[in-house]
Amino acid sequence: MTTDRSIIVDSLGVGLATGAYGVSFGAISTASGLSVLQTCVVSLLVFTGASQFAFVGIVASGGNPLTGALTAVLLGSRNLFYGVSMAPRLDLDPAARLATAHFVIDESTAMGVTRETTRQARLGFYWTGISIFVLWNLTTFAGALAGDAIGDPRTYGLDAAVGAAFLGLLWPRLASWRGRLVALIGAAVAMGLVPLTTAGLPIVIGGAVAVLAGLLWRPVAA
Amino acid sequence: MTTVWAGIAIMVVGCFALKYAGLSVPPSVLQHPLTVRAVELIPAGLLGALIAVQVLADGSAVRVDARLLALGVAAVLLALRVPFLPMVVASALVAALVRQL
Repeated sequence: MTTDRSIIVDSLGVGLATGAYGVSFGAISTASGLSVLQTCVVSLLVFTGASQFAFVGIVASGGNPLTGALTAVLLGSRNLFYGVSMAPRLDLDPAARLATAHFVIDESTAMGVTRETTRQARLGFYWTGISIFVLWNLTTFAGALAGDAIGDPRTYGLDAAVGAAFLGLLWPRLASWRGRLVALIGAAVAMGLVPLTTAGLPIVIGGAVAVLAGLLWRPVAA
Repeated sequence: MTTVWAGIAIMVVGCFALKYAGLSVPPSVLQHPLTVRAVELIPAGLLGALIAVQVLADGSAVRVDARLLALGVAAVLLALRVPFLPMVVASALVAALVRQL
């Protein structure tokens, strides 16, 4: 029997650990050329980490911000399915759905979706989502000021930090062969397209080709 | 600068719409197996592509430099189950140090 208290404590733990990444987002974002205000607006109003990193990564590499936004929204598509799995567990009326949607992210879903009662699903979901939201925005602001102050991001390896952040987000998806294959094809196609297309497009096309390959791939039974 | 704001606006609207739609649509609409599988694969494909471009692209050229070494360090640290933030910081420091040499 899971107690309400243990759900809240676990949720706050996840909230602290995840909310702290905001500092890396803030620093990378302003080092990528976004202003402190733009960086904070992104964390406040977009609030879904992988999409935010993708947007600033593409802007930093000279890509069109609109391509960056498209990539970010595609990455955010998983939140659609998190919403679908959370809806029956949270059992919300229309007004509550509008107020809740912003907090539908990887971690809040993970901490809410496994609960057996509506009450405990809500506890896990909201404590995780809201604690991440508060901390993520505070740390984004701190990181944004730091990134703005240090000048050339290359001196501190901040450009390399973006690749490391993406790899950290990708890592859990490399557990399966299909995940590894899709990531590898995405990387290979994107790299091949870098000399041929404008910045940003290799990511969208590489991602699309990789997903298609992943759907078509049938592992041969050993 | 204006284009950056436009991109942010699209992202804000698009990302919120996806979250809200998920909570609101009847589950049956999105339960086609092909849709479910495609969405499961999107993050791996896009993140793979993002990593390649972030680590190897320099404008329209492919260039191997300190970034690739930093990515290798990140991979080793992730395999050792080092948490996200220390992993990112260590990876950035390696790139910074290599550039000082």
